[in-house]
Amino acid sequence: MATGTETGTDSGKDPGSAPGTRPRPPGGPAARTTGVHHPTRAAIAARHLRTDRWWLAPAVTAGGLLAFIVYSTWRAFSNADYYAAPYVSPFYSPCLADNCAPMRNGPNWEILGSWWGLSPALLILIFPLGFRLTCYYYRKAYYRGFWASPPACAVAEPHRKYSGETRFPLIMQNIHRYFFYAAVPVAGILTYDTVLTFRDEHYAWGHMGLGSLIFLVNIALIWAYTLSCHSCRHIIGGRLRHFSKHPVRYRLWGWVGRLNARHMLLAWASLISVAACDFYVYLVASGAFDDPRFF
Amino acid sequence: MTELERQQWDVVVVGAGGAGLRAAIEARERGARTAVICKSLFGKAHTVMAEGGIAASMGNVNSGDNWQVHFRDTMRGGKFLNQWRMAELHAKEAPDRVWELETWGALFDRTPEGKISQRNFGGHEYPRLAHVGDRTGLELIRTLQQKIVSLQQEDEREFGDHEARLKVFQECTVTRVLKDGDRVSGTFCYERETGRFFVLEAPAVVLATGGIGKSFKVTSNSWEYTGDGHALALLAGAPLLNMEFVQFHPTGMVWPPSVKGILVTESVRGDGGVLRNSEGKRFMFDYVPDVFKEKYAQSEEEGDRWYEDPDHNRRPPELLPRDEVARAINSEVKAGRGSPHGGVFLDVSTRMPAERIRRRLPSMYHQFKELADVDITAEAMEVGPTCHYVMGGIAVDSDTAAALDVPGLFAAGEVAGGMHGSNRLGGNSLSDLLVFGRRAGLHAAGYAASAGTLPVVDEAQIDAAAAEALRPFSAEDLAEGAPTENPYTLHQELQQTMNDLVGIIRRAPEMERALEKLAGLRERAERAGVEGHRQFNPGWHLSLDLRNMLLVSECIARAALERTESRGGHTREDCPVMERSWRPVNLLCRPVDEQDTASGRIDLVRKVTEPIRPDLLSLFEKEELVKYLADEELEE
Amino acid sequence: MSSYDARFRVWRGDTEGGALEDFRVEVNDGEVVLDIIHRIQATQAGDLAVRWNCKAGKCGSCSAEINGRPRLLCMTRMSVFGREETITVTPLRAFPVVRDLVTDVSFNYTKAREIPAFVPPEGVKPGEYRMQQVDVDRSQEFRKCIECFLCQDTCHVVRDHEENKTAFAGPRFLMRVAELDMHPLDAAAESGLDRRATAQEEHGLGLCNITKCCTEVCPEHIKITDNALIPLKERAVDRKYDPLVWLGNKIRRRDAT
Repeated sequence: MATGTETGTDSGKDPGSAPGTRPRPPGGPAARTTGVHHPTRAAIAARHLRTDRWWLAPAVTAGGLLAFIVYSTWRAFSNADYYAAPYVSPFYSPCLADNCAPMRNGPNWEILGSWWGLSPALLILIFPLGFRLTCYYYRKAYYRGFWASPPACAVAEPHRKYSGETRFPLIMQNIHRYFFYAAVPVAGILTYDTVLTFRDEHYAWGHMGLGSLIFLVNIALIWAYTLSCHSCRHIIGGRLRHFSKHPVRYRLWGWVGRLNARHMLLAWASLISVAACDFYVYLVASGAFDDPRFF
Repeated sequence: MTELERQQWDVVVVGAGGAGLRAAIEARERGARTAVICKSLFGKAHTVMAEGGIAASMGNVNSGDNWQVHFRDTMRGGKFLNQWRMAELHAKEAPDRVWELETWGALFDRTPEGKISQRNFGGHEYPRLAHVGDRTGLELIRTLQQKIVSLQQEDEREFGDHEARLKVFQECTVTRVLKDGDRVSGTFCYERETGRFFVLEAPAVVLATGGIGKSFKVTSNSWEYTGDGHALALLAGAPLLNMEFVQFHPTGMVWPPSVKGILVTESVRGDGGVLRNSEGKRFMFDYVPDVFKEKYAQSEEEGDRWYEDPDHNRRPPELLPRDEVARAINSEVKAGRGSPHGGVFLDVSTRMPAERIRRRLPSMYHQFKELADVDITAEAMEVGPTCHYVMGGIAVDSDTAAALDVPGLFAAGEVAGGMHGSNRLGGNSLSDLLVFGRRAGLHAAGYAASAGTLPVVDEAQIDAAAAEALRPFSAEDLAEGAPTENPYTLHQELQQTMNDLVGIIRRAPEMERALEKLAGLRERAERAGVEGHRQFNPGWHLSLDLRNMLLVSECIARAALERTESRGGHTREDCPVMERSWRPVNLLCRPVDEQDTASGRIDLVRKVTEPIRPDLLSLFEKEELVKYLADEELEE
Repeated sequence: MSSYDARFRVWRGDTEGGALEDFRVEVNDGEVVLDIIHRIQATQAGDLAVRWNCKAGKCGSCSAEINGRPRLLCMTRMSVFGREETITVTPLRAFPVVRDLVTDVSFNYTKAREIPAFVPPEGVKPGEYRMQQVDVDRSQEFRKCIECFLCQDTCHVVRDHEENKTAFAGPRFLMRVAELDMHPLDAAAESGLDRRATAQEEHGLGLCNITKCCTEVCPEHIKITDNALIPLKERAVDRKYDPLVWLGNKIRRRDAT
C-alpha cells in the first residue's frame, strides 16, 4: 500500500531547463493508461502526491466497522444471554419466533411460529442492517474503507472499471428510504424496551438501574440517527419545492437538517451504543456483572 | 502575408464580463452572428468580484424611489460631470435589466413580499441595490453565462451546432482592432494556450474589456485589468474621455501584504459597519463636505438611528460617496491616527451579532478568516484605499454606445467613459454593464446589419500586428547591445510609479515626474524580452499587455496634470477646490498620429460638454445647482 | 516581518511529458502559494504557465494540486506548511494538461451545455417574479459555486476513469441540476422535462457513490453531497424507484404499445 511518503520520481532536475523536451515517464506500478495516468494528463508517475496521513481515516473506519461486524455476528448467532429481566438486548427485539426467551410484557411476538430454529436475532437484524447498509453515510464509509473506491480524495483507486451505483447490486442502494420506513417501528420497539427497563427484575415499576441509563442513551442515539437520515430529510420536507407553503414541514426539515449535519457522528455513536447496550445485557444475563440499581 | 485562420462574424465582442456578455446576448437575439473573445476562462471575468449589488430604482424596499431620484444621486456622486444622457438612460432602464435577469434564472435575495430585496449603499438616497449576499457580481456573471449557454442550446437544436450563432473564444487576447479606412474591419487575436494568431473579421466590434487597475500597485483589480480596450480604441483612432478620474475604493485590505488592495465591500458600511481611527474616534463626522452637509447625520446617535428609521434621520457619513471616504481615510493615516498596518479600522463586530454578520456578509467573513486570519465577528478589520475603478474611458455616444470617430466601434461597461462623471457610486457599475452592454449589443447588431458592403481586412495591418506581437521573442536582436528588459520588472516599476506619483492625492511636479518615468519605461518596454515559446507563456502575455498599460497610464497622468481642480476621483493637493468653471469641461485624449501612437504621443484636448437638458436640471433645487454649475451655465 | 526560503517542486511540462522541478524561493509573512508561484515566474522561470485571475478566491481560476490535494493556489496560505516542508504543486490531474500548471478544462464547459437551462414560467412577466427567501435559500447555496472545478477534479468517477467522462456530468453540474430542480419558479416540468429522471438517465447521477470528496475540496464550503447530490438522488428515487410510480409507468407504457 502506498504511504504518504510517495512523491514524484523525476526529482533533482535543474530549475530552468527547457520544459516539454523530456520523454513521458513510464506509467505507474501497473503501467495503467487510464485515470491519472491517461496519456492526456500531466505525466506524473505517482498515484498521488498526498503527504498527509490520508490512509488513517479509511483504516480506522474499516477497523471500526469490522469490529462491529465480528461482534454482532457472534452475538446474533449465539442465541443466548440476550435477556436479563428487565433488559432485552436490542439485537433480539422484537423477538418474532417461538424459541425466544419469555419476557413478561416484553417484545415476544411469535408471528413466525415454531418452525424457525435459528437465532431469532437474525430475523430482526435484517432491518437495521439494511438501514445501515444503504445509509448514505455508511455507503461512503465502506466504499472508501473496504472497496478503496476511492481510498481517499485524490488518491487513485485500484479498480480498472467503475460503474458506481448504476447496476445491480449497488442500484439497490436506492431503496434506502424503505429501510428508513422499517427503522422507525424498530426504533419504536426499542423505545418500548427502554420503558420496560424502568422495572426491577421482578417486573415492579418505578425502578431504575445502570442498564436503564444505558438503554436511555442508546435509544436517544438510535432516534437521532434514524431521524437524521437523508431519506427522512427528503420525505419530511426536502422533496417540497415551496417551503413557504408548508411552514410546519419546513420547520421540521430544518430540525432534521441540523441533525443530518451530524449524521456521521450519530451513525458511529448509535453503532457503538447499540453494541454497548447488547454487551451490557450479555454481561448481566451471563452473570458476569450485577446490574447496579439506583432505586 | 501572414498565414492565419480567419473567421467572419457580424459582431465581435471583446471581453466577457457583465457588459460583454450582455452585449453578446443582445446582438445574438437581434439576429447577429456574434463572437465573444476574452482573456480568461468563460465565467471568470472581473465582474465576479463585484459584491454589493446592482443599483436599480425598483422601489421594492422604499416605494419613494424612482428613476429621477436615482438620476439625481448619480449626478451628485459624479459631481455633475456625468454624461447626463447616459445617467438618465441608466436610471430609467436599470430596473428592466435587473428584472430580466430573473427570467434567465437569477436568484436575488428577497423581501418579505417575495420581491427583490434592496440594500443601502453610499450615495444612494434609498435602499436600491439588488443583491445576493455579498456575491452579486458572481450571480450576474453566472446568470449571463447560463443565458448564453441556453442560447447555444437553442442553436444546437436548430443547427446541430452550439456555436452556430454565438461563440465564446476563451483565453484569447485581442492586440489590435483592424480597420478598413475609417471603419472597423475586425480584430487581430492570439490564443493564449497555443500562441496561435487568428483574425475575426467583423463590421462591428464592441469593446467591453473593463478597467486599468493593474497599472497601480495597490488595486482591487485582477490581472486582466490592463486597459486593453482603452488602448485598442486609442490605437484605432477613437478618443478617451476624462482619464484622470480613477476611483480609489476607500476600503481595501491592507494586511497581509500579499492581499493588499483586495476589496472590502461597501455593504459592510451599508449594513452598519463604522470607521474608526487609532483613537477609536468615528472620524467621518469631521469630513462631510459642504455640498453634502444637509444630507448626512451630524451626530453618532442620529447616524445610528438611521439604520432603523431612515425616513426621519440622516444617514451616517460612513456612507458618503467613495471619493470622500477614501480621502478621509488617507488624511487620518497621514495624520498619524492610522491602524498598525497603515489603514483605519472598519468595525462591524460591535455593531451586529455574529450570526447576522455571517449571514449578511458571508464572503467578507470568509475572506478575512482565510486570508488574514481575522474574525470579523470578533475584531475590527484594517482597511485603506485601493485603486478600484476608472471613470474615464472611451468617449461614446450616450444612446448607441458607439465610439467617436471610428464607425463600427462600440464600447460598454468600465471601458466606456462618461456615465459616472468624476466618481462612480457603488452599485452603479453592475447596472451600467447591463444597461449599456445591452445598448452596445443592440446598436452593434443594427450597425452590422445595415453596414452594406463588408469592410475588407487590410493584409498590411495583419502583418504589422503579427510583427508587433512577436517582438518580445526577438528583443535581443532589437535591443542592439542594450540589455533586454524583464517584463515583470517593468510592470512593477510602472505600478510603483502610478501608485506613488499619480495616486489618490496628486501634485503637479509629481505627475511631471511620472510622465518622465513613463517615457523611460516606454522606451525600455520596446526591449522587453521573454524566454520560451508561444504556448501559454505568461511572460509574453505581460509584455504585450505592457503596451496598453503604458498608454493608458500616460493618458491618466496627462489628463490629471491638465485638470487644475479637485473633483471626485481626481484630487490635487495643489488645487484642492472643486472649480465650477471646470464642470462643463471634458478632457479628451486623442492619438496624435495613428502610425505613431504606440510610441506614446497623445494629444490632450478640452471639449465643452453639451448643456444639461432643462427638464433634468429641474429635478434639482436651485441652491444645489449653484454649488456645481459654472456661472455661464446658471445664466441659461 | 520574517521571510525564509521555501523548497518548492513544481510540475513543468506539456502534453509531451514533463517532470517536477525544484525551486528555492523566498516566502514572506502572510503569503499564499500563488504569491510564491508568481515569484518563481518573475525571478526564475518567466514562462511558467499558471492560470489565475482575481487572487481573492472569488473567480476559481487558480485551481491546482498542492501536496496532492486539489486546492485554489490563492487561498492556500503558506503558514499552513512547515518551513522545512517541500511543497509540491502540480496541475489538476483529472483533466488533460496544456502546459505547466494549466490544464484543459473544456470537459466542464461541455457538461455545462448538456444541462437544460432554466425554463421561465409562462405568463409571468419580468418584474412579476415573486419568490420567498426560504424557497430560494437552497438554490442560492449552489449558486455560490465559483466553478473552480476542484470537485470535478477530485471526483474519482472521472479522475480515475477517463471512460466515464461521457456519461458523468460531475458534482458541479449535478448540483446545477439540483439547483434548477429546487428553483421555485423553474417550469421544466410544465415543458415536459423531468430533471429528476434525466439526472439519473442522462447526467450520470447513479455513478456518484457519495464518497464526499467534492464537498471536502469545495472552497466555497458548499455542502455538495448532503444538500445537492443526495437530495437529487432521493428525488430520482421518487421518480424511478417508488413502486407506485414504477407500476404506473409500466401500465402506461403497455397502453402506449
